Amino acid sequence: MTTKNFWRSLEEYANFEEFQKSLEDEFPPDAAVRQGVVDRREFLSLMSASLALAGLSSCAPAAPEKIVPYVRAPEEIVPGKPLFFATAFPLGGYGLGILAESHMGRPTKIEGNPDHPASLGSTDAFAQASILSLYDPDRSKAITQAGAITTWDAFITNLAAELDPKRLNKGEGFRILTETVTSPTLAAQLKQILQQFPSARWHQYEPVNADSARAASRMTFGRYSDIRYHFDKADVILSLDADFLLSMPGHVRHAREFTARRRVKAGEKEMNRLYAAESAPSVTGAVADHRRAARPSQIQDIASQINDGVAGKGSTGDAWIDAVVRDLQASRGKSIVVAGPHQPPEVHVIAHDLNTKLGNVGQTLEYVDPIEPNPVEQMQSLGDLIKDMQAGAVDLLLIAGGNPVYTAPADLEFAKHLANVRLRIHFSLYEDETSERCHWHIPETHFLESWADIRSDDGTTTIMQPLINPLYAGKSAYELLSAFLGQPTRTTYEILIEAWGQGRNKDEFEKLWRKSVHDGVVAPELNAVGALYERPGRSQTAPTVSNVVAGFSPRSPSDVIEVAFRPDPTVYDGRFANNGWLQELPKPLIKIVWDNVALLSPATAERLNVINEDVIEIKSEGRAVRAPVWISPGHANDAVTLFLGYGRTRAGALGSNRGYNAYSLRTSASPWLIKNAEVRKSGERYALVSTQEHHSMENRNLVRRASAAEYAQRPDFVEAERDTPPGELTLYPEYAPEEYAWGMSIDLSTCIGCNACVIACQAENNIPVVGKIEAGRSREMHWLRIDRYYQGDIHEPEIFFQPVMCMHCEDAPCEPVCPVAATTHSSEGLNEMTYNRCVGTRYCSNNCPYKVRRFNFFNFHSNEAPSMALLYNPDVTVRSRGVMEKCTYCVQRINHARINAKKEDRAIRDGEVVTACQAACPAGAIVFGNIADPNSRVSKLKSEPRNYGVLTDLNTRPRTTYLAKLTNPNPAVKT
Amino acid sequence: MSQEIIGSGHTYATITDKISSIVLTRKTPHGWLFGFGVGFVLVMLLLVSITYLFVEGIGIWGVNIPVAWGFAIVNFVWWIGIGHAGTLISAILLLLRQGWRQSINRFAEAMTLFAVACAGLFPVLHLGRPWFAYWLIPYPSTMGIWPQFRSPLVWDVFAVSTYFTVSLLFWFIGLIPDLATLRDRSSSRTGRVVYGILAMGWRGSAIHWHRYEMAYLLLAGLATPLVVSVHTVVSFDFAISILPGWHTTIFPPYFVAGAIYSGFAMVMVLAIPIRAVYGLEDFITMRHLQNMAKVMLATGLIVAYGYLMEHFMSWYSAEKYERFMTLNRWGGPYAPAYWALILINIVIPQALWFRRVRSNVIMLFLVAIAVNVGMWLERFVIVITSLHRDFLPSSWNMYYPTFWDWSTFIGTIGLFLALLFLFIRFLPMISIFEMRTLVPRSEGD
Repeated sequence: MTTKNFWRSLEEYANFEEFQKSLEDEFPPDAAVRQGVVDRREFLSLMSASLALAGLSSCAPAAPEKIVPYVRAPEEIVPGKPLFFATAFPLGGYGLGILAESHMGRPTKIEGNPDHPASLGSTDAFAQASILSLYDPDRSKAITQAGAITTWDAFITNLAAELDPKRLNKGEGFRILTETVTSPTLAAQLKQILQQFPSARWHQYEPVNADSARAASRMTFGRYSDIRYHFDKADVILSLDADFLLSMPGHVRHAREFTARRRVKAGEKEMNRLYAAESAPSVTGAVADHRRAARPSQIQDIASQINDGVAGKGSTGDAWIDAVVRDLQASRGKSIVVAGPHQPPEVHVIAHDLNTKLGNVGQTLEYVDPIEPNPVEQMQSLGDLIKDMQAGAVDLLLIAGGNPVYTAPADLEFAKHLANVRLRIHFSLYEDETSERCHWHIPETHFLESWADIRSDDGTTTIMQPLINPLYAGKSAYELLSAFLGQPTRTTYEILIEAWGQGRNKDEFEKLWRKSVHDGVVAPELNAVGALYERPGRSQTAPTVSNVVAGFSPRSPSDVIEVAFRPDPTVYDGRFANNGWLQELPKPLIKIVWDNVALLSPATAERLNVINEDVIEIKSEGRAVRAPVWISPGHANDAVTLFLGYGRTRAGALGSNRGYNAYSLRTSASPWLIKNAEVRKSGERYALVSTQEHHSMENRNLVRRASAAEYAQRPDFVEAERDTPPGELTLYPEYAPEEYAWGMSIDLSTCIGCNACVIACQAENNIPVVGKIEAGRSREMHWLRIDRYYQGDIHEPEIFFQPVMCMHCEDAPCEPVCPVAATTHSSEGLNEMTYNRCVGTRYCSNNCPYKVRRFNFFNFHSNEAPSMALLYNPDVTVRSRGVMEKCTYCVQRINHARINAKKEDRAIRDGEVVTACQAACPAGAIVFGNIADPNSRVSKLKSEPRNYGVLTDLNTRPRTTYLAKLTNPNPAVKT
Repeated sequence: MSQEIIGSGHTYATITDKISSIVLTRKTPHGWLFGFGVGFVLVMLLLVSITYLFVEGIGIWGVNIPVAWGFAIVNFVWWIGIGHAGTLISAILLLLRQGWRQSINRFAEAMTLFAVACAGLFPVLHLGRPWFAYWLIPYPSTMGIWPQFRSPLVWDVFAVSTYFTVSLLFWFIGLIPDLATLRDRSSSRTGRVVYGILAMGWRGSAIHWHRYEMAYLLLAGLATPLVVSVHTVVSFDFAISILPGWHTTIFPPYFVAGAIYSGFAMVMVLAIPIRAVYGLEDFITMRHLQNMAKVMLATGLIVAYGYLMEHFMSWYSAEKYERFMTLNRWGGPYAPAYWALILINIVIPQALWFRRVRSNVIMLFLVAIAVNVGMWLERFVIVITSLHRDFLPSSWNMYYPTFWDWSTFIGTIGLFLALLFLFIRFLPMISIFEMRTLVPRSEGD
């Protein structure tokens, strides 16, 4: 196989710019500007035309843009055989290394990139769901000027006319607003623009940002500095309202590192201990060994008290705090204090102080230079821009990404002042609230459609490769900025190659580039991301941490109600509002779908005389918002938590006019907290949908739990119930397992309830979205759900997560009741559904004690836009109306491995079959494999004493078993 | 015996005249037109509901996960139960030589057929893919696959279809002598031809009567076990499962008793107005009504015993899921349905202990209505409350019937009514020849 052939076939396969060009040459110029949905037929014809013309165009001496498949270099594309390409999923400016699975040119699934330090092979729910956005029919499809469709050329012409006078006046009045930028190339382009237009300014703003941490590092060290945590090295972790397992940059790696210290073998009791103080229960709080519910403003007091304690100022009289202090002192150099991004800078400063005092710096965490080439305090940056807009000093504004009209704090009145700008250009994935108020709208390419580079929170840089040609008339940010640099015809690829290849030997660069693109991690030799921008230098008189802390005034508790803001756990800051998978993903703790809520504690709800679904009105500084109440056990009293990301007016068919808009209360001075809000019951009701309505386990021992110490003493504690009937009770002889007997083990000690598996399963298995109404009728289709139970005091409950999917029972109750033999047992122990045979009596679901079967009450896929058909995994049947479905243990993946093994005439190796949920799990809680092989990983886990099955008293003998949850409570703390 | 099973003064001729005149000579009463009209409109509603169901899918109903069976199954069991009385009255009482059955057996049998027809609709309608319903029938399929015979749903197919077939035959054979009478007495040519064809050449010869009696007796013998088997098998739909509230060995006898209970109640509900409208008090006498009331009382007590044992066993078994199920019926979200069931189905029918109630037609009618409502509630409680909270609390959820659930149910009531009115109008609703056998005895008493 020659390299040349290999490249050539890939070019044909993966749609490059020249294909697009040849298309545009072939057809009238406006052919590329497509209005409306590209349906499947149209898309396929376009694809085939691209392929055909690509053959022609490759005769022309065009510079090839090479993308590199991850695993193996096939001579030709083998139909039915997916290829994996390394790229990265950007969120909040930071990249998560992923492998995108591509079937015949269609990206269908996201997997983690094991070589990428931020991913380690796992992903999160956002990354999993991002593939749906690629095919979203509501994405913006055309360049528009004042709402009318136009062309890139027209834009270029207009832009040139605009920029020419700007060159003369040094770019006076020219402003660029971006989201967080970590891309070295993009930053370099921006720098070039600023050089060409010295009076122009670049602002960065995202509603969920690192401003607090930045301000704290400025206050503490006199310069910006990021923290990199190493949770695997910490024995004791204190989270100060920091949801580091789910929502902070690097959370996938954090989850892996954190849970690595929570796997306890029989007889051991070494595990880390997590203390969490937080207002609204988060995933991190739920897995904490000790969780303290505290109002957002009290976190600082708690932090100060702990800080004083560690400094040796004696007992505080609070047993919880004293215990934390003693534990931290006992683990010097082996602890982490992590402050939440939504806490004020003071809390971050205290955390710096604590970590310094405890000798953690350099051990469990390190201070590093910011990943962003040009770190700014974004609220300040946006404020400056708006001030200029208000003063009429801005006459050309490029909003390159983001949706500031929707996400800017209410007090800044972005939309109002935007009208002062003479020419407004908006560039984004969707035509949104901001596009509406701009003259020009340029559609952005999805990250799977374009080349790019991006950095992760740990500093890894990834070259992102395109998996597919832009479905619509999208442009990348690089192309857009290049147009501002007067080079509108340059492709993203050219821009990147030039940026990275600068000053390098061509052959050497070629090699390094290929390796970097292939690995999804830029080769160290290539990775020279220098400081492009001047950063605030180290202040000469940098105050020591303790001095800064001493200056804080303690916050006195008051009895007014505080309102905290949080990014939504599924739609984030609103950017995923039109993503059906994420909308229908139950929020980790409250299990609400399709809406945001106002979270309250039970006591506060009583005080306000409200119950679930009552609408409350929250007033602050003359602004008001109405939000439906959801009572959350474990929430801090006298506090309300509001979630961003809803109440959008132009998000698309799924995301618009859903929920309330929390941004309309937010202020720039205190973006995460309103200290004194007026909250009252409005008398209205609003119907919410929660996928889990009952929260107690009813003493049914579904999640079994012990402390690590108890486990060391009594390793067989899970059998205390003695509910598994003895084997001889059955009349039938046991089937001897054949070569393979598939089974699964789920470790409840490490499951953090993050939902990554749920979306991974949905993406892998073509599971439809049913919508709020159908979800409200309890007809959601998720094959894998995460049950959440509360136990104990309603104010400070213990919180449990339990992923539940088909248990593949040996004696499956669903099988004998099916009248048509549509659900049967395979020789390898899989409980299989034959969709074609199912007539839909639903008896199997009635008889399933785990209620994991899902029924197609309607033809749910029929509502989907034609473009969604491209998303389907071709290895999995798309189910139609009237049939039952459920988890298959990813039988398509088993068969894939079986085919490979047979070709090589060997047995399937342990670890060769990885289910979609297992692959996604950042905690590594799910392990799948052959239980007939005593040496397989899953067999070993199942032989651990804390292995148990749920509802085994029914003699179902499930193939999926759980490892009991272990916690590591501090004996000094009661509860 | 103070009350007769046939009014005094009747001769062969008066009986024949009276019963056949309803079909042949009397003017169609306005009440009939009204009643049939109501039935017809509801049948149209049923057709609309079914059409919409087939177009959209089962999702138009309130069923969900975990409550995957809803009104369709409740209605199925209810109708099947009602369909019990006819064959029981005809076959078992025939074998037991209960002469009083002879004035009510004909329309009880007709009622059975119509109820089973209504019942038979539901298992098909409730399928996710009703067009494949025939896959439940064992036939040499090109796919080389048989039904899964361990499933009670397959047993259901056999039980219900056998029951329907035998009931139809039994009813039709019973009709033959009377059809011949109608053929002979009909004044219109159409009547003579149609009844003539249906009479299958009946001439009333001794050999005809001999064979007829033999066939009827044999069919009665065949039908008798079916009365017991059909509802036993229907109860297996529940009892075979592992669901608390369903998984109960007491179900077969208690379902059969409940079926007879509701069947007799339905006969009563129909007989009381019909005898008033058509002036048939001489044929369906107070003695009939009283006997039926006694059967209802007895079967009702068996049903009550069934409820009691269910609760006793859930306590005695010390099974946590069973106990929870019982407590959930008592105090869960569907508790109103449960307590209404106890009131309507157990408490109210105790009035039948009193002779004064048993001899009051209005009271009997009201009690019979109550029993029919109560038995419907029983099936609702069994199906819904068991499913909505089973093993894993995380999947507990509520079931709310939709408009289409109700429209389909009410539509089948319309179908039942429409068929019944057609029957009353075009066939002798009381067996003429069997009534004639009662004459000498009534004169002799």
